Amino acid sequence: MAAAPEAAGPAAGPAEPNHGLRILLIWLPLALIADLVIWFVWGPHLPPGDMSTSAAGQQFAIRVMAVMAAPVVLFVLTYSGYAMVTWRTRDGDEEDGPPIEGNTRVQVSWIAITAVLVLSLFVFGLVELSAPAGAGAGAGPSPLWKPGGKPLVVQVIAQQWLFTYRYPQYGGFETTELMLPVGQAIQFNVTSLDVIHSFWAYQLAVKADANPQVNNVAYTTAQHTGEVTLRCAELCGLWHGAMFDYGHVVSVAAFQAWAQATRAKMAKITRTLPAYATVYHPNEIKGLAKFYYEAGLPGAGGGYYGPQYYPNQP
Amino acid sequence: MSVGARAATLLVAFIAVAGGVVFVVIHILLAEPATVNFTAGHATGRPVNMTIMTDPVNDVSNHPDWVSYFVKSPRTGKWIHSTIWQLPADTRINVTAYEFDSCDPLRNQFNGLVRGTVGGVMSVSGEADGANGNGISVVNSDTTCGVAHTFSVPELGLSVPFEGVLYTAKNQCTQGPCVMSDTHTLTRFSFITPGPGDYRWQCFIPCGLASVDGNGHAMSTIGFMTGYLDVA
Repeated sequence: MAAAPEAAGPAAGPAEPNHGLRILLIWLPLALIADLVIWFVWGPHLPPGDMSTSAAGQQFAIRVMAVMAAPVVLFVLTYSGYAMVTWRTRDGDEEDGPPIEGNTRVQVSWIAITAVLVLSLFVFGLVELSAPAGAGAGAGPSPLWKPGGKPLVVQVIAQQWLFTYRYPQYGGFETTELMLPVGQAIQFNVTSLDVIHSFWAYQLAVKADANPQVNNVAYTTAQHTGEVTLRCAELCGLWHGAMFDYGHVVSVAAFQAWAQATRAKMAKITRTLPAYATVYHPNEIKGLAKFYYEAGLPGAGGGYYGPQYYPNQP
Repeated sequence: MSVGARAATLLVAFIAVAGGVVFVVIHILLAEPATVNFTAGHATGRPVNMTIMTDPVNDVSNHPDWVSYFVKSPRTGKWIHSTIWQLPADTRINVTAYEFDSCDPLRNQFNGLVRGTVGGVMSVSGEADGANGNGISVVNSDTTCGVAHTFSVPELGLSVPFEGVLYTAKNQCTQGPCVMSDTHTLTRFSFITPGPGDYRWQCFIPCGLASVDGNGHAMSTIGFMTGYLDVA
C-alpha cells in the first residue's frame, strides 16, 4: 500500500493534513451505511430465501460475508478515490513523486486485519457447513451432523432424465411427485441409476450429487409451505436442461393425506419394485440375469445387464 | 504467380472453407428429422389417431443398427423415420404402437407403471385386459422379458411401457421399417394433449446398444428413441 507522501523539507510548504484521519472519516460512515443496508434491506431478499433451515442458514452466511466484505471493498475504493483527488499531479507540476519505501505500520495492519477477516470467515464457513443444518449439501453416506428425532426419509432416484422419489416409511412407494411436510426434518437419500446427476431443490437450499451406487445424504427442515423448484445441476446428457420439476411443501395433515392416498394408489407398482435400499444395482436382478444367461442374450444395457451377472453360471 | 492468380486462389479457398462451415452447421448441427403433422385438417374436438412402431433396425439412417421409432404419415400412410410429431392442443390422441424390438429390463421398475393415459391404462393385443378387464396398468419387466421400450413424456406425466418380442421368437424384424408379418406386439392407449408447447419425450429403457451402459446413441439422439411433441 502506498504511504502518504511526505513533505520535501521544512521550507516545502504548509504542514501535511492528517490524511489517515480524513480517509477514516470518509470511509467509516460509508461502511456503516453499507453494512446496515446489506443486513436490514438487502439481506432478507438474498437468495435462496428462508423457506427451509438450510436456506435460512445459507442466507445468513451470505449476509455475514457481505457485511464483512463491504467495509474492505469500501476502504479500497475510498483510499483510491482520496489518492486520486489529493495526490494527483497539478498543472505545471513536473516534479517526480516522492520515493516510497513502504510503511511497515500500514502493511502490518492491512495484512493482520485481512488475515483475521479471512481466517474468521474460514472457521465460520466450516461451522456453517457442518451445523446446525448441514448447509443442505450432500454429506455422503455417513454425515457428521444429523438432526435430532426421526426425520422423514425421502429417497431421490435420478435417471436420465427424471427424478423419482421413494418414501420408505410409507411402504416404499415411488412417485414422480415430491411432497414434503412443513416443520419436520427431512433426510434426502440421493442416488442415481445411470450417470452422475445433482439434485437441486432451490428454495430449500438442498443440493446433493446423485452418483450411481452412492447414497448421498442431505438434511433440511422446511419452515414455510409453498412450491419448490427442482433441477438437475449436473450436465447429464441430451435432456439435462429439461430435467426439472416442482415439488411442494404442505401442512403435515395434507402431507399425511397425500402419502396415504399415494401409497394406496401405487400399491400395484410398489409390489414390483426392488426392496428399499439406499442404492440399487440393476445388474443384481438375479432372476433376470438367469434369464439372460439361459437365453444367451447380450443385453443392450452394456455392463448393467447380462449373463456375466448370473451367479450360478458354470 | 501473378497477383490476380493469388487473389483468385485466396477467394476459392475462402469459399471452400465457408461452404464447409455452412454445410456442417446446416446438415449436422442443425439437422433434425422432419416434423410429422397431425394438425392439418384436424377438426376441433375430434380425436387424432396416431400409429407408431419401434424397430430394432432401420434402413433409412446412418445408424442402421440403432433402434428407432417410425410414425405413420397421416397424409400418405407411409412410415416416416421421425420423432417430432405436431399434434393439436387439448385433443385426445389415440395411439396404436407396434413393437418389433426384443426386451430389456427397466433400470427402474417404476417405469413399468402405465401413467398419464386415459384411464391410466393401456391394452395389449392378445393379452387379458387387466384383472378387471379395464386395461393393463403395470408391467413387470424383471419377471420375464417384459418390456422393450417406453414412450414417456415426463412433463405430461405420461409413460407407457411397450412389451417386447421374445428373443426366441421367429420372424424377427431385420429390416426397418418392419413389416406386419414380422413378429411384434401391439399396444393401444390414449392421452390428452395439453396446451401449445414443445414437450420432449423419450424411452426409459437403456437401449443405446454398444454405448456406455446403454445410455447413449439411440437413446440420446432425436430421430431415434427421443424427440418432442410439437403441440400447436
